[in-house]
Amino acid sequence: MKTIKNIGLLISLTGFIIFTSSIFTGTNKVSQEIFDTWSSQKIKSAFFVEKAQQEIVNKELSASELSNKITQIAAASNQHTYDLQAELQQKIEQTKKTKIAQQVIDKRVQAYQAQINDLWNEIIWMKWNKTSKDLIYPLARASATGWPQQNQGLFFWLTFGLAILGGVIAFGSDYKLLGPAGIKNNGIMQHAATNRGWIGMIAFAYFVGFYVLLYFFPNYLVNPILAVNKVSLGLSGNPSSQWFLYGFMYCSVMSVFAVRMFIKYRHNAYQLVRTAVVLFFQIAFAFLIPEILVAFNKPWFDFKNAWPLDYDLFFDLNKDWGLLGQGQIGLFMLVWGIVLTLVIVPVMVYFFGKRWYCSWVCGCGGLAETLGDPYRQLSSKSLFSWKIERWLIHGVLVFAVGMTGLTLYTYFAEIESWQEIAFGFSAYDIQSSYGFLIGSIFSGVIGTGFYPILGNRVWCRFGCPLAAYMGLVQKFKSRFRITTNGGQCISCGNCSTYCEQGIDVRSYAQKGQNIVRSSCVGCGVCSAVCPRGVLKLENGPEENRLDQNPTLLGNDVDLLELIKNNK
Amino acid sequence: MKHILIIGNGVSGITAARHIRKLSQHKITVISAESDYFFSRTALMYVFMGHMKFENTQPYENWFWKKNNIDLLNGYVSSVDAANNKVLLSDGTEITYDDLIIATGSKPNKFGWPGQDLKGVQGMYSKQDLEKLEENSKNCKRAVIVGGGLIGIEMAEMLHSRNIPVTFLVRESSFWNGVLPGEESAMINKEILENHIDLRLETNLVEILSDENGHAKAIVTDKGETIECSVVGLTAGVSPNIDFLKNSAVELGRGILVDRLLQTNIKNIYAIGDCAQQHEGIGQRRPIEAVWYTGRMMGETVARTICGTPQEYNPGHWFNSAKFIDLEYQTYGWVWAQPKENENRFYWEHASGKKCIHINYDKNTHEFIGINTFGIRLRHERFDTWLNNKATVEEVLLHLKDANFDPEFFASHEEEILEKFNSENNTQLKVKAKSWKRIFLKA
Repeated sequence: MKTIKNIGLLISLTGFIIFTSSIFTGTNKVSQEIFDTWSSQKIKSAFFVEKAQQEIVNKELSASELSNKITQIAAASNQHTYDLQAELQQKIEQTKKTKIAQQVIDKRVQAYQAQINDLWNEIIWMKWNKTSKDLIYPLARASATGWPQQNQGLFFWLTFGLAILGGVIAFGSDYKLLGPAGIKNNGIMQHAATNRGWIGMIAFAYFVGFYVLLYFFPNYLVNPILAVNKVSLGLSGNPSSQWFLYGFMYCSVMSVFAVRMFIKYRHNAYQLVRTAVVLFFQIAFAFLIPEILVAFNKPWFDFKNAWPLDYDLFFDLNKDWGLLGQGQIGLFMLVWGIVLTLVIVPVMVYFFGKRWYCSWVCGCGGLAETLGDPYRQLSSKSLFSWKIERWLIHGVLVFAVGMTGLTLYTYFAEIESWQEIAFGFSAYDIQSSYGFLIGSIFSGVIGTGFYPILGNRVWCRFGCPLAAYMGLVQKFKSRFRITTNGGQCISCGNCSTYCEQGIDVRSYAQKGQNIVRSSCVGCGVCSAVCPRGVLKLENGPEENRLDQNPTLLGNDVDLLELIKNNK
Repeated sequence: MKHILIIGNGVSGITAARHIRKLSQHKITVISAESDYFFSRTALMYVFMGHMKFENTQPYENWFWKKNNIDLLNGYVSSVDAANNKVLLSDGTEITYDDLIIATGSKPNKFGWPGQDLKGVQGMYSKQDLEKLEENSKNCKRAVIVGGGLIGIEMAEMLHSRNIPVTFLVRESSFWNGVLPGEESAMINKEILENHIDLRLETNLVEILSDENGHAKAIVTDKGETIECSVVGLTAGVSPNIDFLKNSAVELGRGILVDRLLQTNIKNIYAIGDCAQQHEGIGQRRPIEAVWYTGRMMGETVARTICGTPQEYNPGHWFNSAKFIDLEYQTYGWVWAQPKENENRFYWEHASGKKCIHINYDKNTHEFIGINTFGIRLRHERFDTWLNNKATVEEVLLHLKDANFDPEFFASHEEEILEKFNSENNTQLKVKAKSWKRIFLKA
């Protein structure tokens, strides 16, 4: 059985190697037609077009050669434009010195100035986190040639097919390898993959690298994106984008790791139901339904993604591509989004705790509970971390609310989002810095990339503004608690160790206190790993939620009462 | 301000220290030779199994002690000079005290087996034992565990988790059947065997054989069998760790004799936890109780006495729990291995053979006496209330859903349980739906 597991791992690894190495292979051949379409949309500089025409069109180039060329030509083009502007500026200076009628001078200066201003349009804006994504990627995507492009079906099976098959074999063999059903965390703290050892570090580098490419340099992911092209065409009729690749990978990874969860926790109905539900919401609501909407020419919309996690819900409302530019269904989506955040979320948190969202519905939570499950023990339980957590997560909530407030202000005041509002900042600046800092870096690169170092809920614990909002409701107005079973705790620490949110569950349990913490996402693992049956997640009457259980003492006296009186 | 010296930083000593700090400004010093900081002894097995790191077994972060002004001292107390209120450490240091709390716990029993001190032979009690096992279990082809108690099965599970073949010698005819009724005991036997642990019932150790390096190489059983092994776990119970008091004025029995205030024969010396022995068992309890919970209770109690509000140690209703490999066990009240004269039993077992409940009640009054459960978690507070109220077995069964503490979505078996009870007792009980109101009704 061990051999079967290793074969599975090998198959999966092969898939990953093919997938990853495809980044470095394949060529791009930009045809005249592709070039014309692309340059007419993206480029205003004639210098660039002319130069690129010579250097790029109909040449066989690797992805990096193509990217470098575009960057170089763009730089040269910009230099050329600056030179032209400088020349014009010189002419202005000269003109000012000539001894002709002031009126004529003014007219000429004005004309030169207009030319200078026009030239600004020819500048190609270069920013490390935007250029590759917005300028280079579309051309690279359209011009890919080479084996993966020509054999998309086979390439899909060699990458996703092998990785998924191998993963299912490897995790499936755990059914026998782990022994009889029960908590089998054997060796987790001793294994290099799960104790920040060398395998963990490789995983860390791989995750971070992938997210950096995905968010900022998708021009290098063209071949991986082509692997799912046929799936995308079949679903929505559109060619695959980097986001389709991400969505498909997300669902695949969650599915394979859900198999692992189903086997690992096959004795625990709560874990089985929860895993199945969160997987369903990911595949149906975050992947299939939005793609089907797109197939019907409707906006891509994830109906379960609640603001402020869905931070751009109110962006560009009345633009063509904004929700209000999309007719009835767009309006419905907007109203649904508002009702979801203002009514459904708090009401559900009141009855069930924030777990209904965080570990039953949410995509981020879904990944954390599947791919992230092997890393849950790595979250820090120190008081210091808790302090950082509270500052950070509430800080992000304030940031999200402020940004959205500004967005709505510009909408209702009918100000263009790029117009300066104060201190040289426009609403657009705030939105894009939120998108960059929080949306990409925090939730993606750090939030998932750091699983193997900081545990699997980095984003949910330290960053998610929706989690912060629900946490406040959970803390102050909810029926949810983790009940501590009288005096049965032996302070062993399994609960704290396996709490992905870094809650020191034991510190409550050993005192006989129920656990009511805003960060608890109700994954139920503390209860599962408890060897003495001490913890139970439940929704009960609010009034007894924080009761300390005097049974604990065993002595027939309420010590707490006495302590209070002594003070 | 008194200086309170506590020997032992296990759950008893540390609980006492924490509660003395809550109640007073006394100077507190805790001495231990085992570890710098308090850790949960019951969790050592999980460190070996790789579920946790040692630091995860420490319930308080290291800054906690300084912040709470509790002095920790790493040292080994070699004797107590009660007349002069001081203790002597093995390095020659003397420490004086106003009040002394002895919380030195237990040590594994050794019964004079030939070869019991060979290399590779060990108990499983302390942090040092854990480190020793880590060393001994390297390249181990087979381990033999001697003694069928809680530590024995834990040690078997530990070694088994590293795929080391284990032979498990148990003196009794069925595992732990001196404590558990036959049905539960049989269920554990099955669990042990299903995990491919070589369980030998009614088998005793005769001697441990040595190789040329003074290392254990095999054991011989009283059935005449020789079993090759390089690790021998001696887990035939524990006894109070009190050798350092042999020549002191403190009165000793098997443990340190204490009264209900946990005071020894010397006024300012107290003993708590595993090492303390009541002159007479309280209620149906044994005079020495080597259980986590009782250690904690004694720690809380002695803290109050020392801080000026003397309180007798008055443990409430008995409860306990354990996990036998994958089988969770809880108990509330008393369910003896053999029913007493006035007792009736009701037993239900799930078809899977992994879950059961066993209820003990009075034959005549039907008063509920206690319950064992395997594979089903129960609410402590509910049973405490029922025991306080002298509820009948019927009342308990009717409201069994109130007491269920299994995680959500778990299959529940109350209907089936009552059906069995009805058919055995000609009753018509129908289980009531769970009621939050009843659960929170204070007795």
